[in-house]
Amino acid sequence: MSDQPHGEVVLRVNGADQVLAVDNRVTLLDALREHLRLTGTKKGCDHGQCGACTVLLDGERANSCLLFAVAVDGRTVTTVEGLADGDELHPLQRAFIAHDAFQCGYCTPGQLCSAIGMLAEAAAPQDLDDAEISERMSGNLCRCGAYLGIVAAVREVAGG
Amino acid sequence: MTAGTGLSRLEGREKVMGAARYAYEHPVEDALYVWPVAATVGSGTVVEVDAAAALADPAVVTVLDHTNAPRLRPAQIADQLVLQSPAVAWRGQIVAGVVATTPEAAREGAEQVVVRYAERPHHVVLDPADPALELPGELFGGQPGSFAKGDVDAGLAAADVVLDRVYTTPAQHHNPMETVATTAWWSGERLVVHDSNQGPWIAAVGFGQLWDIPPEQVEVVTEHVGGGFGAKVRPTPGAVLATMAARVTGRPCKLMLTRQHMFTMSPGRSATRSRFRLGARRDGTLTAVDHDALQYSSPIHEFVEQTGLATRTMYATDNLRIIHRLARLNLPTPRVMRAPGHTPGMFALESAMDELAYALDLDPLALRLANEPAVDPASGEPFAGRHLVDCLTVGADRFGWAARDPTPGVRRHGRWLFGTGLAASVYPAYQRVATATARAEPDGSFSVSVGAVDIGTGARTALWQLATDLLGSPVEIHIGRSSYGNAPVAGGSSGTASWGGAVRNACTALRERLAGHGGAVPADGLEVTAESTPLPPGRSRHSFGAHFCAVRVDADTGQVRVDRLLGVFAHGRPLNARTAHSQLIGGMVMGVSMALHEQTVVDPRLGMFVNHDLAQYHVATNADIHGLEAHSLERPDDDITLVGGKGIGELGIVGAAAAVANAVHHATGVRVRDLPITLERLRGG
Repeated sequence: MSDQPHGEVVLRVNGADQVLAVDNRVTLLDALREHLRLTGTKKGCDHGQCGACTVLLDGERANSCLLFAVAVDGRTVTTVEGLADGDELHPLQRAFIAHDAFQCGYCTPGQLCSAIGMLAEAAAPQDLDDAEISERMSGNLCRCGAYLGIVAAVREVAGG
Repeated sequence: MTAGTGLSRLEGREKVMGAARYAYEHPVEDALYVWPVAATVGSGTVVEVDAAAALADPAVVTVLDHTNAPRLRPAQIADQLVLQSPAVAWRGQIVAGVVATTPEAAREGAEQVVVRYAERPHHVVLDPADPALELPGELFGGQPGSFAKGDVDAGLAAADVVLDRVYTTPAQHHNPMETVATTAWWSGERLVVHDSNQGPWIAAVGFGQLWDIPPEQVEVVTEHVGGGFGAKVRPTPGAVLATMAARVTGRPCKLMLTRQHMFTMSPGRSATRSRFRLGARRDGTLTAVDHDALQYSSPIHEFVEQTGLATRTMYATDNLRIIHRLARLNLPTPRVMRAPGHTPGMFALESAMDELAYALDLDPLALRLANEPAVDPASGEPFAGRHLVDCLTVGADRFGWAARDPTPGVRRHGRWLFGTGLAASVYPAYQRVATATARAEPDGSFSVSVGAVDIGTGARTALWQLATDLLGSPVEIHIGRSSYGNAPVAGGSSGTASWGGAVRNACTALRERLAGHGGAVPADGLEVTAESTPLPPGRSRHSFGAHFCAVRVDADTGQVRVDRLLGVFAHGRPLNARTAHSQLIGGMVMGVSMALHEQTVVDPRLGMFVNHDLAQYHVATNADIHGLEAHSLERPDDDITLVGGKGIGELGIVGAAAAVANAVHHATGVRVRDLPITLERLRGG
């Protein structure tokens, strides 16, 4: 281990407290992927430009690649692994499968977390039309081009 | 019977739960992390690599450069010969690699490595007047670099109207959401690589060549891949570096290229410049088609984009000439990107046909119908299913094309100018050699293994459907390993046809063997391995399609919005209608993205791609995409492969950008011949 400055943090990840001693340079994304082996959260650009690393931080969507792990001590993190209730998928996960809202699947965890955060942001999610959903989901790139399915899946869950 | 239906993806549940494992995510103990160091000159020679500062960090295990890296066997693709010489052919080429116990230490170490160079002038501008242009003998797919039929000059002289125009497309980058990623280790003389690629067998062959070991001694595992689009067809330099680091350290090594690395350490699409000369009589009959196509490759490897290939197949003419020229630039070697050649070439041809229609005062649809060939215009071979006319006419009906007033620039409502345009699509149909094994167990279960890979196409699901139908009960399907035998890449829209052909042959043979045993399976099971074969020569085999596009353009700012893009495609019977539809739509999305956003900008002074991230290399976002429809025409004579049907993955992108550009012209009166259609190009026009 190098003599880089370290910090000890406690993260509440998907309902369980995790105590981590991490190099101060470790991002939340790498803490999840490399230290906690929660590899569902994806690295697409590491610069907050693609949204693949989106998680819910205290219930709000956040790019985990732009946060240092030591800076989120004590916060609550929900990753894609924490969306289902045991074997019971979250309604949005079911809708993504039903609408073929992904191809390669690499942006999918970020799309799911982003959409759940986005619906919580909206005052009246059931009133969001397709254009509004598209606009609010545009921080999450999908290079396979599954946008139509993503919008259909989100709208179904929004109840509009 | 499941084939043809829209069964949802087998791995869908894993993907939405975050449980699907990609190459970098394979759990390994005691792993090291590899970070490449990129050249900071556009051309030259590495004089010294000073790794002292990097090695001062105890977390840095080693720094590899051309003086201490293991020797590789010369490969066909020089890009793969990482750290084998001090020569620098482009800015961003790998000149060193830092191996450390954490990714943070590896990354910081890479920043601390000091590389000194003897710099030479670089040459990065694609210029038709470049005196060093080459006339390559072959395109990358093996077709001749030049083709001529009849007398083009006489055909042009005999024309009532001659159109002479130049169309350009910029360098583009695939930008799969998952960058190149590799986890590699050596077990004695055996190499194990969990790798993000488009074909584990082809990757094993590539690694084996470099390390001078047979492909059977390389186990490449490719369980899930976060997109490819051509970026991951062969082992990339980064993946090679990971295997070198593992060799030197004796430990598992992990490498994931940054998004920035992806622009110079994995390939992109060549910029192209197409000069078209079209001659036509008043009735629209083409008297000559002349396509002079310019593209580039790097100084170290010849890759010739097949920009003029589609021109051979599209329209009837007695006089046809296609020439490819090649510039050698100090830029990363380009390679295939979704519909290589056809995507830039058909932007040019289908834009030129639209311009010709206006020059002749003909409807763009009528001009295409007037030049429908009876046989392949270049080869003279009969078509194995050509349904371009169906695609055009069905699309025109669905879109409401007949009501179109051709006058450009006259439909203004408020700030918005409205217009519509069409373009055709074509993509060759292939079936390549692949191997599959079907196995029956005494308990009545079946398993099928094939070295296929699902990069998001839906191949896993389609192959499962095929095998399950043939064997009459749900099978276990195994894909994504080189040890399953010879198999082609997910590329050329031929993966599912090739792997599926082998699966079909293996399952059919197993069924016959079972019948020979009276239906009873011996105690040690029954197993059959079979191959698929290439399609026999003598036919011109292609999928066809037509795009119809409606745009609005802001009269003040030049902002373009695609309101509608309707595609009609003839590709025969798909194994899975749902994933086939997603593939077609995905291609169209990338076509809109190409039309309006995508360009990798070359800085001639610094000799580099300047916009090497997703903030500056723009791809279509969710808000850019709406109003897309893809419709498939099923025609029995398109069912030419062993599994029926023809390729789908690339058909949706070909021609889409031309349909957008033609619609923009109809809306504004401005003809944009250089992609992407940016505000300044529209406003400047």
